[in-house]
Order: sequence, then C-alpha cells, then structure tokens
Amino acid sequence: MLQGIEVACVRGDRELFKGVNFSLEMGGLLQVSGPNGSGKTSLLRMMCGLSLPASGEIRWNGVSIGTLSEEYFACTTYIGHLAGVKDDLTVTENLCISSAMAGFEISSDDASNVLNTIGLGGREHLPVKVLSQGQRRRVALARLLACNTTLWVLDEPFVALDVAAVQLLREILERHLQQDGMVVMTTHQEIDINASLITQLQLS
Amino acid sequence: MFLWIIKRDLLLAVRRRSDVLITLFFFVIVVSLFPLSVGPEMNLLRTMAPGVVWVAALLASMLSLNRMFSSDYQDGTLEQMLISPQSLSFLVLGKTLAHWLVTGLPLVLMAPVLGIQYDLPGDALFVLVISLLIGTPVLSLIGAIGAALTLGLRGGGVLVSLLVLPLYIPILIFGSGAVEANMAGVDFAAHLSLIGAFFFVSLVFAPWVAAWSLRVSLE
Repeated sequence: MLQGIEVACVRGDRELFKGVNFSLEMGGLLQVSGPNGSGKTSLLRMMCGLSLPASGEIRWNGVSIGTLSEEYFACTTYIGHLAGVKDDLTVTENLCISSAMAGFEISSDDASNVLNTIGLGGREHLPVKVLSQGQRRRVALARLLACNTTLWVLDEPFVALDVAAVQLLREILERHLQQDGMVVMTTHQEIDINASLITQLQLS
Repeated sequence: MFLWIIKRDLLLAVRRRSDVLITLFFFVIVVSLFPLSVGPEMNLLRTMAPGVVWVAALLASMLSLNRMFSSDYQDGTLEQMLISPQSLSFLVLGKTLAHWLVTGLPLVLMAPVLGIQYDLPGDALFVLVISLLIGTPVLSLIGAIGAALTLGLRGGGVLVSLLVLPLYIPILIFGSGAVEANMAGVDFAAHLSLIGAFFFVSLVFAPWVAAWSLRVSLE
C-alpha cells in the first residue's frame, strides 16, 4: 500500500502544495490532476523516490520509502517526461539494458515478444535515433511489460501516442490493475480506465 | 548489473568513436607540440618529458569529464539509474571504470610512443607507463565527483576544471616525480606507492561521494 501523509513540496521559495494526503491499495489507480505548474511531476518524483518531500512522508506498506530505498525501487517503475532511452542503441539493446538496470534481466526472445506486443515488431534492430517521438515513447513503455513491478508511476504516459497506442496502453494498465498492480498517473487527456478502485487527487 | 553498465557505456563509446578519438588526439597533439616549439635539445626535452606527459594526460582526461553523466542526464537514463534497485555507488563505479577504459587506457598505451619523442630511456618509459596506469584511474574517480557536482549547471565544463584540477595536483606531483626519480637513479617505488594509496582511497570514497552529489543534482 502506498500512502502519503501531509506531503508538501517547495520549489525555490515557492510552495507548490502542502498537506497532500493519499492512499493507494492493491489494484488501485491514483489519478493526479491539476493545472500546469501545480506540482504533479514533483509529486510523482517524490513518489518514486527521486526527491524528498519538504515535509510529510510517503510510506510503502507502512514504512517510509526513504528508509526502504532500494527495496522500494525494486517494486516500482517510473516513466517520466524523459523517455530514458539512448539514441545510439538499438530498440532491443535499450529494452534489455534498461530492464537489467531495473533488476529484471530478460532474454532477447522475451524482448522481441514485448516489442511485438507494444507495436515495435520489425524495428528491433533500428537505433532509437531514427524512430519517431511516439515510437520512442513506446520503447519506454515497453519497460512496463518487461519488468514485473507492482507500482507504476507514469507521468503523462499518453503524450505523443497515436489512437491505437493509447488503446493498447489502456488495456495494459487495466490488465495490470486486475492483477493487483498499482498505478499512479497524471494525464490531461480524457481516458476512461476501467478499474475497481479509482482515486482522484486534485492539486490546485 | 555492474557488468551491464560497463557493457552499456562501452557499447555507446563504440557507437560514438569520435568522443574517444578526440581525447586521444588531444593528448597526442599537446605532447607533440613541446618538442616542436622547444627545439631538438635532448637534455632539456628529457627533463621536461614526465611533466609534459602528465599535464597533457590531466587535461585530456579533463576534456571528457563533462560527458560522463551529462548525456544520461539529458535523456533521462540517469533518473532511471537513481531509482534502480542496485546501489548507486556501484553504478557510478561501473561508469567510472568504463570512462577510464575509454579515455584513460588509450592514453596509457600511447604514452611510450610519445615518450620516444623526448628521448626517454627504456626504463623511464616503463615507469611512465606504470605511473599513468595507476594514476589515470584516480583522475577518472576524482573527476566523477566534479562531473556529478556540476551536472546540469550552465558553464559546467569550465567549473568542473576549476573544481577538479587542484585535486589532481598530488597525482601530478607524484606521477611525474616517479619518472624523474627513475631518471636521476633514485628509487621511485615510494612515488608509485603514494599514487597507489590515492587510488585506493578514491576507489572507496569517490563513487560514494559522486553518487550522493548525483542525488543532490537531480532533486
């Protein structure tokens, strides 16, 4: 269970938000919304342990994520604005290396299965620099399928994706939620995700 | 995991050979400029050889430092390393080792060839290579701290030189000192032991400090 208690965020001398509380159960989806500059990305970066809250605490199964650190990182996948793929490596190399760094070593067969599912079949051996923005995004999202983590923290996952890919990602998210996974995401698009437990978190 | 990061960085270096060659050619050119400008006076050249080679190695390794983390920072892969379930210090150590293999080792291998321009005797060339072999990893390790501290700053390239060059001074003194001692017929083992000591201290502390600086830089 992921829990936020009175979380506050300060950027420079400006307070973005304070007193944010949330809790996310197994199989739950937490949608963070708010206008530009309200601190959605900052909150997501705190949730995955990239930065610390100015005050308050984020807990994973009752223990502060700062204390858990590596143990917590092993069960989360974060996909932010930056895709985290190397331009000079091929699609398969990117996927294999990024999964290995996340603690899941996959074979090249597994990698090509995942890439087929995500719609990059036939492009496995192209360097990422020749791919379009949407395809790069797909390379990043392929990590969700390759790594068997519980909590997915997704910052604007639908950006740059075409209609088919949006549909595909929706199905992937729904399947993950059905299997007791947890998803935290921000999006400006109206996308209906069928899940038994959806929590909205509005930042102003 | 440790091997994955080394493999990745070496693969990237192979794909972007120009980065590696720039460092090496810079080293070769700087070292070759001195005999050309000073003239073919053997005694003078022999005296200044260790210092010149070491200063050039220092500057060449400086040149590649700001690339150590910045490309990973820009495309978001560094973010992913920070939240990987592996210890970040180990990752930094892996990256530093890859950096040394790509930029430090070629300098070590090239040094004896350049030493001939300065008419260095055979055993002095040998001591020069050994001192560079122990000393250049220290340059990469200390450089990693500087690169991590200046990550994402404007003008980081110049700042990293100002931060790191003073820390390189002891290595420079003992590195060129070892070769000078050998040429003067004195025992040079003490110089090498001291560089070795710097190597082990920085091997333990530098990855840890650099990892900590990376977390601060990315927050």
